[in-house]
Amino acid sequence: MLSAEGLRHAYGRVVALDGVSLTLAPGQTLAIFGPNGAGKTTLLKVLAGLIRPQQGWARVAGGRRAIGWIGHQSHLYGHLSVRENLLFWAALYGVASVQRGGRATAILERLGLSDRAGQPVRSLSRGLAQRAAIAKALVHDPPVLLLDEPFTGLDLAAAAQLRTLLGELRGAGRVVVLATHNVDEGVELATDVAFQRQGRFVQLAPRGARGAAEIAEAYRRAVTDA
Amino acid sequence: MRELLEQAWTVARKDLVLEFRTRTALLSAVVFTALVLTVFNFGRDPTAVATIDLAPSILWVTFTFAAMLALNRAFQLELENGALEGLLVSPLSRHSLYLGKLLANLGFVGVVEAVGLPLFVLFFDVPVGPVLFPLIAVIALATVGFVSVGTLFSAMVVRTRFAELMLPVLLLPFLLLPLTYAVQATARLLGGRPLSEVSGWLKLLAAYDLVFVAVALLLFPHTVDE
Repeated sequence: MLSAEGLRHAYGRVVALDGVSLTLAPGQTLAIFGPNGAGKTTLLKVLAGLIRPQQGWARVAGGRRAIGWIGHQSHLYGHLSVRENLLFWAALYGVASVQRGGRATAILERLGLSDRAGQPVRSLSRGLAQRAAIAKALVHDPPVLLLDEPFTGLDLAAAAQLRTLLGELRGAGRVVVLATHNVDEGVELATDVAFQRQGRFVQLAPRGARGAAEIAEAYRRAVTDA
Repeated sequence: MRELLEQAWTVARKDLVLEFRTRTALLSAVVFTALVLTVFNFGRDPTAVATIDLAPSILWVTFTFAAMLALNRAFQLELENGALEGLLVSPLSRHSLYLGKLLANLGFVGVVEAVGLPLFVLFFDVPVGPVLFPLIAVIALATVGFVSVGTLFSAMVVRTRFAELMLPVLLLPFLLLPLTYAVQATARLLGGRPLSEVSGWLKLLAAYDLVFVAVALLLFPHTVDE
């Protein structure tokens, strides 16, 4: 469903991706941990087709239409209401016009945003705006989710809600790629774990039975020893 | 083709709704138009140069600089919350994005011109009644020309520093031809010359439109991709 081979990309002398390869099947959730500047966002942008890598290739079954993206920014228009934003993005992602309203209503309800549907995005708190961004990423029911630091700006309750939602989405046979610098976030969701440092995967392996503490220890060793 | 146009309309409608909600740029452009015409009206010596000789240039200088305000904002509104990145990740084709922005800009500039033309008639007392439809044709063709080029340059400079300064510097050299054609055609129309004298300028404007819309469509993807 999602595969990449030999990805290499540099910004001038700074190498952001250096020989990264991965293959993910439906139901797999890959958590990519790495310090700031490790190349996680570049990798997600390459997978999303936003950046053409200088070497290697990335492929997502179903193309751009199959991707739900949550990045550092919400991609929402402040002067449109939450619902208007969702309808706009649903139209761009090719959701049939008769289905858009229903999809928007369902996702707003699922994320606890029904009572905010008519509110302009610019009037939302950061946490609520992040939830609206998640709603935007899910409105076309994508089989592949690319999440770049999705917990940023969420309070504890909203973060727990997002974890539950991502768990459900993974259960529905999606591929999820989650990039974060915080090992405590998303470990329990992952079926596979990668540690990225200076553009390279210094480790890519199934999570197995490893818990958050073990992963955190392995991560610390991987990014300091490599 | 149908999907291309549907997506373009989705983008254009969103831009026009946003502009209608905020009205900042539209009001600024309309007030700017009124002020420029007022300044020209009081800043000329009617005994030195006949109004009919000066009026076409004043009309087109006013429309050109008012259009700059519209073109500057075309992609700047996509910087809010990183919406441009969202558009580029989505299945929206680059060509649809360009056409959508072009349509929205044409609508915006059209409103400014619809307000500016009666003010121009009021201030300069020029006989537009008998030549209204040919004059509208000249305005429409010239507007398509400079908005098509301006939309391309607007995308090119949006991620640069001093974008608002860069746009006129890059754009104005490309506007010399359509402005020359438009001023010549307008002067002949207002001077009561036969329509056969104007048709050549109209053909040149149409040719400019065809060439530059096609070139802008070809180049646009390279200006927005990372």
